Amino acid sequence: MSGQGAQRLKVLLVDDELGYLEVLQKRMSKRNLEVTPVSSGTEAVRQARQQSFDVAVVDLKMEDMDGIEVLKVLKMMDPKMAVIILTGHGSEQAAREGMALGAFDYLTKPCELSDLLTRIYASQER
Amino acid sequence: MQTARVRPATYYRTLTRNLVLFVVVISLLPLFLTGAIILYQFKQAYQTKVEENLEVLLNKHRRTIDAFLVDRLADIRVLARSYTVPELENPALLKAKLNLLREEYNGVYVDLGLVDDKGAQVAYAGPYNLTGANYSTAQWFKQATGSEHFVSNVFAGLRGSPHFIVAAKKRFEGRDWLLKATIDFEAFNALVENIRIGETGFAFILNRQSEFQTKPRQEVILASGAWRELLQDPLDQGKVTIVERPDSLDREMIYAAAPLKNGQWIICAQQVVADAFVHLVQAQRAAIAIFVLGGLAIVVATLILARRLVRRIAEADEQKEAMNEKMIEAGRLASIGELAAGIAHEINNPVAIMVEEAGWIEDLMSDEGPLSEETLSEIQRAVQQIQEQGDRCKQITHKLLSFARKTDPTIKQVDINGLVGEVLGLVGQKSRYAGVKLETTLDKNLPRVAASPSELQQVLLNLVNNAVDAINAEGGTVSVTTSQENGRVRLSVSDTGIGIADANLARIFDPFYTTKPVGQGTGLGLSICYGIINKLGGEIKVTSAKGKGSTFTVILPARQDSAPAPTGAPQAGQS
Repeated sequence: MSGQGAQRLKVLLVDDELGYLEVLQKRMSKRNLEVTPVSSGTEAVRQARQQSFDVAVVDLKMEDMDGIEVLKVLKMMDPKMAVIILTGHGSEQAAREGMALGAFDYLTKPCELSDLLTRIYASQER
Repeated sequence: MQTARVRPATYYRTLTRNLVLFVVVISLLPLFLTGAIILYQFKQAYQTKVEENLEVLLNKHRRTIDAFLVDRLADIRVLARSYTVPELENPALLKAKLNLLREEYNGVYVDLGLVDDKGAQVAYAGPYNLTGANYSTAQWFKQATGSEHFVSNVFAGLRGSPHFIVAAKKRFEGRDWLLKATIDFEAFNALVENIRIGETGFAFILNRQSEFQTKPRQEVILASGAWRELLQDPLDQGKVTIVERPDSLDREMIYAAAPLKNGQWIICAQQVVADAFVHLVQAQRAAIAIFVLGGLAIVVATLILARRLVRRIAEADEQKEAMNEKMIEAGRLASIGELAAGIAHEINNPVAIMVEEAGWIEDLMSDEGPLSEETLSEIQRAVQQIQEQGDRCKQITHKLLSFARKTDPTIKQVDINGLVGEVLGLVGQKSRYAGVKLETTLDKNLPRVAASPSELQQVLLNLVNNAVDAINAEGGTVSVTTSQENGRVRLSVSDTGIGIADANLARIFDPFYTTKPVGQGTGLGLSICYGIINKLGGEIKVTSAKGKGSTFTVILPARQDSAPAPTGAPQAGQS
């Protein structure tokens, strides 16, 4: 693991699957990331309004607000924020649409944590 | 076990029978009519011809006989005028004249005699000794004295054998004398005896009293009744009257009659109808034989053709049925495909959690030093989470598998409410992401219906899938309602979606008709639903208002003996 800077990276984790949020938060915290887990698009927007994040990891399919919508709003609020999209298998088309809207990259669920971390650090080295 | 796939054998038997009847009637009727008309016309023509022949024959012979009688009378009149009474009283002269006549006319004349006005035969030449015979009381003598010349009826007379008399009157010294000749009956008889018509026809002569003037044959006596009747009519002079009557042996006979000898005698002919019309009967037999054989050929050919045709139809039906099954299967796979994204995502989440929890355990165990109590319980929690998520995966795959297995057309007792639960479970994830609320209003006492569960499941899935798809991004509600009315089960799926344009409403059950974007709909779903419901003897209807939503209603006959199904489905408000 690299990037053990004095400043911990602030990650906004958006997914409506609570179990996933919980375990991902634990693992990422253990890897020295400051994780804010939220379970809905609305919550994500509220958190983004309160504080700034370096990276947002957004699930594409959620009930209240589509991942693409969240991406659009977050990008509008903070264009510097890197957004990484998590998508189900077979929804790559939507993910590519997200890329066109300014997402940094996308990963298909389930993914290796190491892959996710690589993308997160890569997004900070631009 | 009962399948509603192939049409029953009785259907094809009825089809064969109707085809055969139709073709046979259509082809035999004109044949029969043509044959009957031709036969009738032929019979008319033939009858006319037979009658004409008879008429010609009878007229010819009448003329011959009339001429014979006139000639005989003329002979006697010439003789009477050639000599005076005293000369004629000389038997030698009479004898010489008789011999002359017999030579000339081949023995037609039997004798000659001169009778005075008292009826006494004063001179006689011939084979009998009749000189001095008194005819004053004889019928012929009375009639003969009244006219210049006379031909008598046939009678036995004094000699006891049939003959008739030709006589001419001669005045001498204020007294009337009769020169008379007797005509040989056999010779006269030969004139008509030789008239033969066909196999059974012949002629004879009668007087007005129905007494035979020629030797009658056995057949004539059998027909005498008909003759007596015929003779009551006044026969036209010079005309031939023809009638058909049965004789006393009940044979149909043809009778012809024409007057002779100024209407005193009648020449008659008779013939058995079957003989007269022998050629007609032959033609009729030939025509009937052709009709029967032709008809038989038509019937046999029609039977063979109809069987062949119906077999083809049955094969085509089977093929169509097989195609239908394949189409239902294809439609089923298509609807599963539409669900696939939602279901993939549904299964991705628990899998992702399991992967992460496993990774988390790895993280915890890679820490240096002995595992603390706290770490152990964390590992325990993670393992439990993995188990829970595994169960979740299992449920999802079960749901999908229960639907993805091959279509089974077997008819069973289906609990519609249970089916609603299964299908909504399957569509749940998709509708959640689409912002669609699913609602159910189920009749707890709903009777079961006889149907294939997998086919009915497909109908419902198609309808619910379409309903969810009809709702746009702002979200809406899909309600599934079950109820019963008049022994029928009603299942309706309503949405608050975009509705269906009137122009499209008429076509929505057509195969391959879709308003969904290319690649998102096969256009088979509703057409398959229609086919399945139709096959079950039910109906499927749609009402729609543009912008307000649509309602699809399926009505199925309930099983008569069906008890309400125990409802295991959720009663309301899945979302």
